[in-house]
Amino acid sequence: MNRPLRVGIVCPYTWDVPGGVQQHVRDLAEALIELGHHVSVITPCDDPDDAAIQPYVVPAGRAVPVPYNGSVARLAFGFLSAARVRRWVRDGEFDVLHVHEPASPSLSLLACWVAQGPMVATFHTSNPKSRAMQAAYGILAATFEKIGGAIAVSEAARKTLVEHLGGDAVLIPNGVAVRRYADAEPLPGWPGEGGSLGFLGRIDEPRKGLDVLLRAFDVIGRQRPGLRLLIAGPGDAEEALERVDPALRDRVVLLGQVSEEDKVRALHSMDVYCAPNTGGESFGIVVAEAMAAGAPILASDIDAFRAVLDGGAAGALFTVGDADHLAKEAGELLDDPVRRAALATAARAAVRAYDWTTVAREVVRVYEAVIPGHGAVRVAPDATMG
Amino acid sequence: MGDTFGWVALSVAIVVLIGFYVSWRATRLDRLHTRYETAWAALDAALLRRSAVALDLAGSRYLDPATSLLLAAAAHEANIAGPDRRELAESDLSRALRAAIDQPDLDGRPDADDRFTDVRAAARGVLIARRFYNDAVRVTLVQRGRWLPRVLHLAGSAPLPEFFEIDDAPPDRLE
Repeated sequence: MNRPLRVGIVCPYTWDVPGGVQQHVRDLAEALIELGHHVSVITPCDDPDDAAIQPYVVPAGRAVPVPYNGSVARLAFGFLSAARVRRWVRDGEFDVLHVHEPASPSLSLLACWVAQGPMVATFHTSNPKSRAMQAAYGILAATFEKIGGAIAVSEAARKTLVEHLGGDAVLIPNGVAVRRYADAEPLPGWPGEGGSLGFLGRIDEPRKGLDVLLRAFDVIGRQRPGLRLLIAGPGDAEEALERVDPALRDRVVLLGQVSEEDKVRALHSMDVYCAPNTGGESFGIVVAEAMAAGAPILASDIDAFRAVLDGGAAGALFTVGDADHLAKEAGELLDDPVRRAALATAARAAVRAYDWTTVAREVVRVYEAVIPGHGAVRVAPDATMG
Repeated sequence: MGDTFGWVALSVAIVVLIGFYVSWRATRLDRLHTRYETAWAALDAALLRRSAVALDLAGSRYLDPATSLLLAAAAHEANIAGPDRRELAESDLSRALRAAIDQPDLDGRPDADDRFTDVRAAARGVLIARRFYNDAVRVTLVQRGRWLPRVLHLAGSAPLPEFFEIDDAPPDRLE
């Protein structure tokens, strides 16, 4: 790091409501702080007096529910919000302003409007309805022109940006908060003496591949009378159980949707974590999280998983959709604790490349590219109201 | 002989009278359908006018860009919504207009009320046109529900009119 930067980050969605963008902003802000930078995050907030709110957060009032893109979204718009962002920009004396999801009609767009100077934007969504964007493009063009550097969190998000708004972006995928996954107590009674396989994710989404795993369990569960299957994720549990042979049902445990904390504990409760996805993953975030938890991994051989598992060095791979192959590989892993431990160690090492600290360093490189030798973020004189 | 003639004459007279009556009922129904169609055309025009005015306001740079984007998106959705989504999209536009115009910090802004003259007129236009339209639908449905038009298919192939139910409450500031 050359010198500590003063970074102003804008989060467009309510801070105390769970969401992907909020989580991203939090992880990024904390990683930047850890690297020694000064960070201030302005965000809509339901309870600004909440003691649990991080010291780097500046609440910008409550977001208002309003119809947008065919559903009701909670957004912060209007002159009052704009005035709050303007004050924050004026007092913050930031070297760089980092707005998230500026194409959504909320705080980030307002920040682009009221400020000028070094500005970076991160695009998260892969398909905002382009119709609305096209209708409003004229309104947004002058505001978007101020963005000196754009970041996309996925190839799909980058493509959306190119197609709908013009301009290009560098790709910096989400990081994994490795430390949050590293240590946890297994769930009570797990993994158990007979061994356990595990699955995380939506149970009724075919591409997550639970079906493949259930078919494999039909084989391997019969061979090993003590083996259990732990499944955590939202979806219709009864319907899923019906797909299991009645003789094996009492060894399949469905937790339903679990908290972030229990998800980590579940990852520590498995002898083998299975990722039987049949496709549709742009980045193997689920696998990367399992790697951070040090779970021995058996994943389907799709591009995203092979890449994140370092070609198979940090986790075993099986042929996509092949339940028999999955059963065979899982059996071998269950019988070989030494190999499981070696895979877990390799996984913990390999996942460091996806840690938020690494991501934050990449982001700082983008900041440095848009920061000129002098001049900082200030209030734009032409953001007139009226 | 004279008797038979009398009966025939009476029957013909009755048939002719019934014919007149049925034809009158059919004409009445036809007139209702015309009224219904005119009312729909008026409502459609009022809705299109309202979304055009909302788009104008969004593009005027009087509001902040986030509010403008919300408004433009809602107006656009209302414009392109197919028949099955139209009521939802128009209700959303009403809500977006309220969110934009009733925002707290607008008070005391210069010429705040002059800016919304067109929106007020357009919102009022929708309110009126929708009331008349739904009234036309109600009367037409009552007539078509009677036994004679049903049995004789007096409505022909005209589709059954439907009520147009939306949230069209205008912004408080414009009341």
